[in-house]
Amino acid sequence: MTATQTVEVKGDPAPLAAPLVGRAMPRVEDAALLTGVARYADDLPVKPGTLHAAILRSPHAHAELLDIDFAAALAVPGVAAVVTGADAKRHASAFLVGVRAPMEHWCLAIDRVRHVGEPVAVVLADSRYQAEDALDRIEVRYRPLPPVTSIAQALGEGALAEGSEPLHPAVGSNLVNSRSFRYGDPEAAFARATRTVSIEVEYPRNSCTPMECFVVLADYDAAEDAYEVLSNFSGPFAVHPVMARALNVPGSRLRLKTPPHSGGSFGNKQAVFPYVVLMGLCARVAGRPVKWVEDRLEHLMAATSATARRMRIEAAVEPDGRVLALRMEQTEDCGAYLRAPEPASLYRNHGNLTGAYDIAHLAVTNRIVVTNKTPTGLNRGFGGGQLYYGLERLMNRVAAELGLDPLDVIRRNLVAAEAMPYRTASGGTLDSGDYRATLEQAVRDGGLEALKARRDALRAEGRLYGIGYAAVVEPSISNMGYITTVLTAEERRKAGPKNGAQATASVAVDPTGGVSVTVASAPQGQGHRTVLAQVVADVFGLRFEDIRVNTDLDTGKDAWSIASGNYSSRFAGAVAGAAQVAATRLRGRMAALVAGLLNCRAADVRFAGGRVFSDANPDNGLSFSRVAAAGHWAPGTLPDGQEAALRETAFWTPEPLKAPTDADHINSSACYGFIFDFCGVEIDRTTGAPRIDRYVTMHDAGRLLNPLLVEGQILGGFAHAVGTALFEEYAYGDDGRFLSGTFADYLVPTACEVPVPVILHRESPSPVTPLGAKGVGEGNCMSTPVCLANAVADALSGVAVGGLPPLPPSLPLTPAKLAALIHPPEPPRPAPATGASASPMPAAVPGGRGLTGEGSREVPATPEQVWAILLDPKELAALLPGCEALELVGPNAYRAEVVVGIGPVRGRYTAEVALSDLDPPNALTLTGSGTSALGSGSGTGHVTLEPTATGTRVTYRYGASVGGKVAAVGGRMLDSASRLLIGQFFEKLVARAGGPAASARPPSLLVRLLRLLGLTR
Amino acid sequence: MKPASFDYLRPATVADALAALAAGGDDARVIAGGQSLMPMLNMRLVQPRLLIDLGRLEELRSLRAEDGWLTVGAAVTQAEVLARPTLAREVPLLAAALPWVGHVQTRNRGTLCGSVAHADPSAETPLCLVASGGEVVLRNAKRRRTVPAADFFLGPLTTVKAADEIVESVRFPLARPGSGHAFREVSMRHGDFAITACAATVDGERASLAVGGVADRPTLRSWPLTAGGLPPDLDDALNAFAWDLGGDDDQHATARYRRDLVRRIGRTVLEEALSCRR
Amino acid sequence: MPPLTSRPPTTPVLAAETRHAVSVVLNGTPRTGHAHPRLLLSDFLRHELGAHGTRVGCEHGVCGACTVRLDGVAVRACLTLAVQADGRRIDTVEGLAAANQGRMTALQEAFRRHHALQCGFCTAGILMSLTDYLGRNPKPTEEELRDMLSGHLCRCTGYAGIVRAVMDVTGQAGGVPARGPAEGGHV
Repeated sequence: MTATQTVEVKGDPAPLAAPLVGRAMPRVEDAALLTGVARYADDLPVKPGTLHAAILRSPHAHAELLDIDFAAALAVPGVAAVVTGADAKRHASAFLVGVRAPMEHWCLAIDRVRHVGEPVAVVLADSRYQAEDALDRIEVRYRPLPPVTSIAQALGEGALAEGSEPLHPAVGSNLVNSRSFRYGDPEAAFARATRTVSIEVEYPRNSCTPMECFVVLADYDAAEDAYEVLSNFSGPFAVHPVMARALNVPGSRLRLKTPPHSGGSFGNKQAVFPYVVLMGLCARVAGRPVKWVEDRLEHLMAATSATARRMRIEAAVEPDGRVLALRMEQTEDCGAYLRAPEPASLYRNHGNLTGAYDIAHLAVTNRIVVTNKTPTGLNRGFGGGQLYYGLERLMNRVAAELGLDPLDVIRRNLVAAEAMPYRTASGGTLDSGDYRATLEQAVRDGGLEALKARRDALRAEGRLYGIGYAAVVEPSISNMGYITTVLTAEERRKAGPKNGAQATASVAVDPTGGVSVTVASAPQGQGHRTVLAQVVADVFGLRFEDIRVNTDLDTGKDAWSIASGNYSSRFAGAVAGAAQVAATRLRGRMAALVAGLLNCRAADVRFAGGRVFSDANPDNGLSFSRVAAAGHWAPGTLPDGQEAALRETAFWTPEPLKAPTDADHINSSACYGFIFDFCGVEIDRTTGAPRIDRYVTMHDAGRLLNPLLVEGQILGGFAHAVGTALFEEYAYGDDGRFLSGTFADYLVPTACEVPVPVILHRESPSPVTPLGAKGVGEGNCMSTPVCLANAVADALSGVAVGGLPPLPPSLPLTPAKLAALIHPPEPPRPAPATGASASPMPAAVPGGRGLTGEGSREVPATPEQVWAILLDPKELAALLPGCEALELVGPNAYRAEVVVGIGPVRGRYTAEVALSDLDPPNALTLTGSGTSALGSGSGTGHVTLEPTATGTRVTYRYGASVGGKVAAVGGRMLDSASRLLIGQFFEKLVARAGGPAASARPPSLLVRLLRLLGLTR
Repeated sequence: MKPASFDYLRPATVADALAALAAGGDDARVIAGGQSLMPMLNMRLVQPRLLIDLGRLEELRSLRAEDGWLTVGAAVTQAEVLARPTLAREVPLLAAALPWVGHVQTRNRGTLCGSVAHADPSAETPLCLVASGGEVVLRNAKRRRTVPAADFFLGPLTTVKAADEIVESVRFPLARPGSGHAFREVSMRHGDFAITACAATVDGERASLAVGGVADRPTLRSWPLTAGGLPPDLDDALNAFAWDLGGDDDQHATARYRRDLVRRIGRTVLEEALSCRR
Repeated sequence: MPPLTSRPPTTPVLAAETRHAVSVVLNGTPRTGHAHPRLLLSDFLRHELGAHGTRVGCEHGVCGACTVRLDGVAVRACLTLAVQADGRRIDTVEGLAAANQGRMTALQEAFRRHHALQCGFCTAGILMSLTDYLGRNPKPTEEELRDMLSGHLCRCTGYAGIVRAVMDVTGQAGGVPARGPAEGGHV
């Protein structure tokens, strides 16, 4: 049986019973999951002697990596080895990068760290507990560099911090790729349009955060120079060659297995791949098997993220709202490294940039920048949420600026049913659907008129209520060649064409008549086994329970290809289709086997009700198991030239998926579903909190194979989208510190935050896929965030703050952001009552996410006396909170041992402290920085001394920066803690200079706060 | 994310616990429900040498209303207090606020005293204790002392409790006849720490408002009632209070938003407290 | 139910570097394993006693995946030390069907029927919370139920199937919310 052999089976006889495909079947997966016997990666047995890995990660957003001292770590009981970038240099290679730019990314940092959480070293020990003990003993010296924390900064807009340099110096810029595309004649269309409407939006970083984190079990066979790794990697297996190359072996020597169960991915588990390489390296260095289980802090901080995108989009419009042309500028933040398969986020939707609309002229500029943030990767909706946030906000603005009903603007621009299959400006082929009829069905069945009446009634009560719409096409089954659109046509010619989306499936019958199905779809909880059993049972006329589906994958044994895996909603269209193709071929082979026995032609053999019989004489038949047994026991009875009818493997690729043309036309996906959503949202006038009052989502995803599972996918995608729209953001401070390290900071919606949407369906089978199915799981991540934002825009239209109503803020649409738009200006601070003493606490400098503050104190001593205190090392040691030792290491430069903390939280830092900009006795600058197991800290304080009638006014202004774990999990309290701490420093100074102590707080507090913050001045 | 090593003691008596705590000094920590301490242990933010488990000490399981106080021992869980049928009558603020503390599953183990000792500036239990004029009973091996809640909290995770002391119990004054109480909180999600939480009490001649989540500790302010009603210049008073609380920006909310909520929710709860006096 | 191990109220200080015997009654069966004082109950159950059904999702008490019943009450296994569980009764997802003559309980069956799980990683914790909760509140309103469920994070289902399953198993309106402009609903 080969991939190319086909057995023609004429006609598809109807089974006796109603088909299973299309039925809402409960899942075969559930019994194991519900009773606790399911085996996820962390549940599988490990080999004796397996070491457990813990990863030391950078607390800095951007720093030179100067030196790693791990001698003390090796002395910790149970520790077998410490692996660093030097080992990676010896045994591994840098990862391949998808664009032509000299950017090296290694599985461990080599000489520079570029994001908080970047792996710096790995400890291997007998237990995870012991490995973490040793992490605390590794000393790393860094030289911090100014971080790039926004797209604007990466593009060099505005002033750069002193000492800034590109993340990847050899590239010479943080703009690592830029391409412009032109389809149709956009210039002429803009010239002839009556007006233009434009909008600029930014899409935040976020992630779907599966409940199970990454797991890798790695072993290295030195005799064969081969790696064997088990990981909950989700694909795409196009990344397998990337991993093998990084381990310096051919793919055949990286045997990658996936576990029977996986705790969700939503694309994210693609990003385990650097750790597959890292743990392979560790196993090789240690000479023992290695297991690593990512913890939640690691996952949130450093696993992966959706791209942030800035989008400027402009439409050339007619007075009736018809859009003639679009001009787009998309700038994509891919984080610190362009990690495979990026820049796919930016190009995944290239064939459907015009969405569901008939727009012939298009100009696009795509830019890719790197920032000091976690590298990006696959995430449910992959690039769609970003694209449609711009496009559908634009359509909404077209309506607003032209004074039209936004729904009419959508209607006027939708691709017509008669135009199907419709070729988009950029080369996509929208394969099927009647978008207008679908929209009208949603309006009718979803109750839009009632919703409008409700809006009017609530607005009459003075409430802020809005209705939003969104129409999108949902691409599925990615063309493996779309990413090459980032290359020029010439670069593509050199590299060779890339296209297709090859799916594989094997179907086998055993001697008892049992049927096994094996696929390389790496399911992550969607229920692939159930759907495949439905599909294959129908083909053979068997019962659902007669089919056993095996989805754990072994690249050393199973059929797979680069397109294998779980992403781009490819299962229903491609994988289930490939299984049907394989099963149908195998059925044809079995028909040929028994045709002689049944005295009929193979084409007249029917399979139904567990029997195989002649169409002409249904009573003359055999049981399916008897036919299966014959294939095994009586190969001699096979007709001449027939191979045994035991197993069939199908490789299927969608016919329409070609490589990009020289004119950069690309059909980036095999099929395109259609979604039309509308919703009602109310904004609470007091709190600014948005509430989803009603949400209607209408899907045409082609043929539905299992409506129960389709509904589950839509509900799950919708929940993710609610998170994206209202709650979730990977937040960073201006200093690059990461702020969303726990599930109390990264806000995943709970059962109290996710409403139940009304789900409507229409089925326009895809002409492209074997079963007519299209993908369905990602669509709401594309349509829902912008639909909610459009509803918020409508609700805000009732707010008049000096003229035009405000536009919705950036995602997530938090109560605080919305309140800032609907509340009047803040009343001023009343003048302090006479006699009230000024607060000893410094005041925060408003705005931004930096830890900054300022204040001043009166000291009963002359400026010269204060100056002398600050310049005296002994005095300084007494002033520095938690200072246990202070050693002069140069002119006005010290090394200090400090223990800083807050409450029970404390860390020991070796800090470098310096006094500079000395202007005796008027001003100086005090700087300090240090690193501990809790993270890094640094601060700069500018101090001025002015003589007054009774002494000296000490005025200070500080900026602090905190990185690593303590910022990621304690962001909520950093400001107040640092303020308290700085205040305490100056109280001590006052006391030292002879003034009364202003506070009764115990000095240990100071110690503790400094310990926490690393503010080691 | 695994804790660093520590010795573990499950003492038979409070005296044993206090002796161990005195000997362990700053390196010893007590644990009761552990719902605040355990995450910090797992993240290695806290690395004690000795952990003293109060969770099973019968002496600390008292939950009783007498002499005008509801006393809650250190081993009493939030769920047990919330399940007390008379709670809404005894300490109405606590009855209103406890459902906002974490989730059902963490309340099953978390204690009120633990939350007070932890001193998160956004936590509901410290806020209620300050709002109702409660007290913290501290005890070490030698003596017991009682600190008014208003003096107990010093800043984030920071209190007047000495290293050798435990929070033996917290005491809430029983609501007096004719008093009114109201609690509201704004948080990002259900069960999250408050962005701003407001607890109001109208009692006799005064109206008071305690605010959590804005300053670095729960903070109380009160005003005399005017002709049995809220002060006519309440908006100005709330504005002054909001500015004095200050607040900080974080990734979820701005300082200005927090102050806005003090002005708006503060007024709402004061009005509610006034109108529900009984 | 076998009697709980009886122990003196005071244990001596358990030394950090020693593995101490920890005895529990796990799903009705006495089991003894060994644990350093710092070993989390979640790790003890999974890697010492081999009861893998309890999952670990965040190790800081928010996600709820590791929820088990300790003396009947739903708690986070990641916020409990193994040594704290010594002498106590622990019920995990493995015990649900085992205590039901090997058949899935009505709640488990309802989860299957209503597609209340996809990847299943959060499911064990939710089932254990519900088993405790429904014992105390056999007919929760949807609002009460969602309040309780807010102690669990599920990334797959949007919670709709979970709510439907519980409303169904508690005999309330098949768990399908009414449709109308004011509420969400299902088609």
